[in-house]
Amino acid sequence: MTVEVRLPTVLRQHAGGQSVVRAEGATVGEVLEGLVRAYPGLGGQVLAQDGTALHRFVNVYLNDDDVRYLERLDTKVSDEDVVSILPAVAGGAG
Amino acid sequence: MTYYASVLDLIGNTPMVEVSALSPEPDVRILLKLEWYNPAGSVKDRIALAMVEAAEKDGALVPGQTLIEPSSGNTGIGLAMVCRLKGYPIKIVMPINVSVERRQLLEVWGAEIIDSPGDEGSNGAVRLAQQLAGEHPDWALLHQYANHANPRAHYEGTGPEIWRDCPEVTHFVAGLGTSGTLMGVGRFLKERNPAVQVWAIEPPSGETVDGLRSLDDGYIPPIFADNGGAELLDRKTIIGPRESIEWTRRLIDVGIFAGISSGAVMAGAARCARRVKQGVIVGVAPDGGAKYLSSRAWTGDLDDVTERARQTIYF
Repeated sequence: MTVEVRLPTVLRQHAGGQSVVRAEGATVGEVLEGLVRAYPGLGGQVLAQDGTALHRFVNVYLNDDDVRYLERLDTKVSDEDVVSILPAVAGGAG
Repeated sequence: MTYYASVLDLIGNTPMVEVSALSPEPDVRILLKLEWYNPAGSVKDRIALAMVEAAEKDGALVPGQTLIEPSSGNTGIGLAMVCRLKGYPIKIVMPINVSVERRQLLEVWGAEIIDSPGDEGSNGAVRLAQQLAGEHPDWALLHQYANHANPRAHYEGTGPEIWRDCPEVTHFVAGLGTSGTLMGVGRFLKERNPAVQVWAIEPPSGETVDGLRSLDDGYIPPIFADNGGAELLDRKTIIGPRESIEWTRRLIDVGIFAGISSGAVMAGAARCARRVKQGVIVGVAPDGGAKYLSSRAWTGDLDDVTERARQTIYF
């Protein structure tokens, strides 16, 4: 699968300033590993140091859903899917 | 009881109404709990009273003491009302890009408004309030993101009210801000029925509310972490401004004049309905529509209104 990966402002410097890149993989974890291979500067930013879990302050969405509440890094992706990486922030405030 | 001794006694016990006419699935019922029936007009009245009374009880707040709180609106308005009644001066730190009615309401209740940068969103308001509280140790910072009276107000109030009025609930849907509603109600409902699913609805973290310099500036509300939020939630899904406004407009068809975050919750309930095909969804509608009239959310061109909503904090 080739999916679109959207990067937050704070990570674009590690991907040549691009906001959208393409990466391959059958799962979210494979997509992120592919992303880090293509842009090594993202290593340790998106995944925790050992590469087996998401960085604490990163939320990754498959289309609109936070993958932490799907199958995490094992969440399957399909062509046409959009993977978005966002900094973890409080949703709003009220 | 035919009358109440104080407006503070009017907080809570809000009505729930069925809006299944808008459900995209015939076998999914949807009910909304209308939180603008609280006296200062939003769900946040509950935590405003709970946090002030908890601070009074443990001595963190003494008569006449000044409070400071970061809020993009409703918590500030609820606190300003409670503080007006109880005689505490209050300062509210809010991003400059919130709706004009929110500022006006804070002025009505006599709060002082301190502006924080719009491009830093709610996190910027939190940072500035913490900085100011550090510089003025005599001010009390209740800090809704870290105050356990926040989820407790929902665990002891909102949750039991929902269970009392609709024990057949299968899914609970609410917006994710401080996470207080989701943590308190979610925990209460799951204790009663572990099969209840809890869905968090988030606004997109767009460029306008992304003032971070590095990922390590990220912020996870302590009440989310301390209540095991990652285990408590079953789904966390983003609803954008356009969908929120479309559903805010649809709610008018069933007689509900609600704020835009209620539209987002309703959009989330509809998304949930399409996925589960069967069940009873209860959503929290945080505030009413009056505070958003200046956005022309109901009457303006949908593209224009959506674009303006992107620049405004509406959760």
